[in-house]
Amino acid sequence: MTRHTDLAELVLDLVSDRADAEVLVGVGTSSLTRFANSFIHQNVSEDVSEVMLRVATADGRIASSTSTVPNRDALSRFVDDTLEVAGQQPIDKDWPGFGGPVTGQDVDHWDEATAAADPTDRAQVVKAFVDAGGGLLAAGYCETVARDHAYANTEGRSVTARYTTAVLDGIHQTDRSAGSGHTAGRSLAALEAHETGAAAAKRARDSVDAFDAKPGEFEVVLSPECLATIAVFLDVYGFNAKVAQEGMSFVDVGTHQFDPSVNLWDDATDPRALHIGFDTEGTPKGRVDMVKAGITAGLVHNRRTAAKAGSESTGHAGPGSEVWGPFAMNLFVGGGESDVDDLIGGVDRGIYVSTFNYCRVLDPKSLVVTGLTRNGTFMIENGRITHPVSNMRFTQSFVGALGPEKVLGIGNDARFADSEFGPLIVHAPSMRLASWNFTGGAAG
Amino acid sequence: MFEEASLAVQGALDAGATYADARVVVTRSETINVQNENLENYDRSEHAGVGVRALIGSSWGFAATADLAPASVRAAGERASAIAKASALVPGPRMEFADVPVHQTSWSTPVVEDPFTVATSEKVDLLVGVTATMRGVEGVAIATGTLAFWDTNKWFVSSQGHRIHQHLVESGGGYDATAIGESETQRRSYPQSFGQYETGGYEIVRSWNFADHAARIAEEAVALLSAPEMDERETNLILEGSQLALQIHESVGHAIELDRILGWEAAFAGTSHLELARLNEHRYGSDLMNITADATLPGALGTFGYDDEGTPAQRVDIVRDGLWVGVLSGRDSAAIAGLPPGGMVRGDGYNRLPMVRMTNVGLLPGTGTLRDIVADTDDGVYMATNRSWSIDDKRLNFQFGCEIAWEIKDGEFGRMLKNPTYTGITPQFWGSLDRLAGEREWIHWGTPNCGKGQPMQVAHTGHSASPARFANVRVGVRG
Repeated sequence: MTRHTDLAELVLDLVSDRADAEVLVGVGTSSLTRFANSFIHQNVSEDVSEVMLRVATADGRIASSTSTVPNRDALSRFVDDTLEVAGQQPIDKDWPGFGGPVTGQDVDHWDEATAAADPTDRAQVVKAFVDAGGGLLAAGYCETVARDHAYANTEGRSVTARYTTAVLDGIHQTDRSAGSGHTAGRSLAALEAHETGAAAAKRARDSVDAFDAKPGEFEVVLSPECLATIAVFLDVYGFNAKVAQEGMSFVDVGTHQFDPSVNLWDDATDPRALHIGFDTEGTPKGRVDMVKAGITAGLVHNRRTAAKAGSESTGHAGPGSEVWGPFAMNLFVGGGESDVDDLIGGVDRGIYVSTFNYCRVLDPKSLVVTGLTRNGTFMIENGRITHPVSNMRFTQSFVGALGPEKVLGIGNDARFADSEFGPLIVHAPSMRLASWNFTGGAAG
Repeated sequence: MFEEASLAVQGALDAGATYADARVVVTRSETINVQNENLENYDRSEHAGVGVRALIGSSWGFAATADLAPASVRAAGERASAIAKASALVPGPRMEFADVPVHQTSWSTPVVEDPFTVATSEKVDLLVGVTATMRGVEGVAIATGTLAFWDTNKWFVSSQGHRIHQHLVESGGGYDATAIGESETQRRSYPQSFGQYETGGYEIVRSWNFADHAARIAEEAVALLSAPEMDERETNLILEGSQLALQIHESVGHAIELDRILGWEAAFAGTSHLELARLNEHRYGSDLMNITADATLPGALGTFGYDDEGTPAQRVDIVRDGLWVGVLSGRDSAAIAGLPPGGMVRGDGYNRLPMVRMTNVGLLPGTGTLRDIVADTDDGVYMATNRSWSIDDKRLNFQFGCEIAWEIKDGEFGRMLKNPTYTGITPQFWGSLDRLAGEREWIHWGTPNCGKGQPMQVAHTGHSASPARFANVRVGVRG
């Protein structure tokens, strides 16, 4: 027995036979070392201990609660309160029930040294990034997370898992420019701190004396960071079964909505994947193909959307998924064969984008998004980068950008990339696209 | 709880901190989501713990734990100091820290009706009712409603002698109707996107008369599907108050955060187009532009008694007659800038390091009414209720989408227009402010979802605004 499994069992014991219930316990440590102006200025660590409880009364009244409660008395009150408010709810006619016993998965995305990392370990990673800038002004963070989870319910489902993650994300700045770098995975030791810092510094130096490009349609080469953002928007606004069932999604399963070279899937069991192998309903995650050779292949489900669709949950429930729907959190964008230099080499006139910034949806169904470029935007002419350009605003359908005959090349550089919704979610390559709609420059 | 916080502070001091403070925070929340007359989600949460901050040299160390046993909170203090010491591997200049008067006091949000004692059934029934009304309008596919309430107790102790207890209560909610077309969706929301939240109790929900607006909102959502698109052009733009509130939040509120100006947020949230050397010289907007950061406004969402460094809530002038004159600051950032600390440092729960956050950053009202502004406009557009927002890392280049717009022709409202957007550059945009409605339409709009920091923190901020007009704005941008 461990602390998290003990807690899960204790909560179910406290519920006893008063209702059906599920409990998810997460314990561990999250630590983050933040630097700016080339020194560490904020350095934090948190002992995480959280209990999520959902109860269902015999006549189908549901309530959920979360708490950081640490002891039996407080837990007992927490359980009693949850049961009391459940009794005050209307009957949930579509309640799918809790899932029964499942077989455990061989998913253990864990690194012992990362779990034991201390502030000095993170500071050394930061130092390598800062030093690689050769005197440029650095800012960013290094984070390590170690977490144990236990899920149990009154139907006999009981699963446990653990994970570690490590992220280094930062920029180097001159007085007129900035360049970014990102490296992430399950192991702090595997982060390529110096190389990431050097790449950020090169982008920053290469971005000095940027000029304002005239907005318009451009061919583009997008970095893995840009593709990661595109992928999470497709995920949240498209392949989410709840929004699809509501008629809010662009997704039309079985149709050729994307270029044949596009493949997108979710797979927590991939050896490269991160996080745990089950969702907040205790459902094991398997591989879900969302786009296969350009054809829209499937959606991700939680138990409620699956019941509505007459199918099985794919294991993609998360906190708040009753409202926001199920999300994929182990996304892979299929890689290609080309070096990034080859992608750029094929472009007569276009733009290379290092990262997107502040992307927001104008319309969820067409998935038209506005956002900006940041930390390194470059003009491509006659197959090579010729000069930096100032950050540009775009207004572009992310579905349309990857549509049939729109993808002109895919890089062989797939890695975990940062996204608008955060790091550690998407493994993505660079991509060359036929058209991107830039609607504004630095001057508006 | 002062005892637990004091133990944490002592632990940090004994481990070498030159200054330390700790907050024990207990937050209860309740969230209710209804979709199409069905309860989608009922969630309660209670988070309790201590966060302790230790200053050593150039860095803050911060440690948090939910275990409030004496040994645990003292260990958290020791850990905060150990973390701060480790920062010396990548050192910077010694962190300065401005003095503030030491207070031993308490403060509470005035509450008429405790939202946690209002029957759950009454709250659910309210949302079921408005979603039923919206769904009763032919063409509405999705009708959702949300209510949310927070009750927070904080006990703050510092090594300088602060002992402050605060009890904060925040309440609010909203609803929206969505109509779905062949390849588009149209949404209308009330009172604003994401709902309206204020400090206070359930009386806030009652004051917005939810039931009275549901049918109109739903009819507008359906009508938008067949409305014409807005042409791309430059014109007079009249903004409804809640959209102007978000404009203030994004293009003023974040830009005036001193930690951004000093580069502390450069890698993530970004920096600012403002240079400290030009404080009291830089023209932010037209003479009509008067912005304050006022944490004392009764009922506004960013109102409190003391910030999370023990500095009393205060009103600070930010823009006076169009001139930039103030910033949002805390004790460390203010000391570096040579300014008095503004009392604007807050943390999201017990487990986040307090940082510079907006309080109530609002535009003081002008004169007249929206009707007066429209009557005085020969040609333009009126946009209402935010649908999308995007701005660059220096808070200069922005593009907003709204849910709905109407043409303005010869002083009258004309056709409804769908998918309205506008874009601009911050100083030029605010420089084009030429009409501003008065106090009668001045509302303390609340933003419950302001993200900043790493790890991410969500703050609740307020933005008072009345409708206003801006000249020669580029509208109708689309992909």
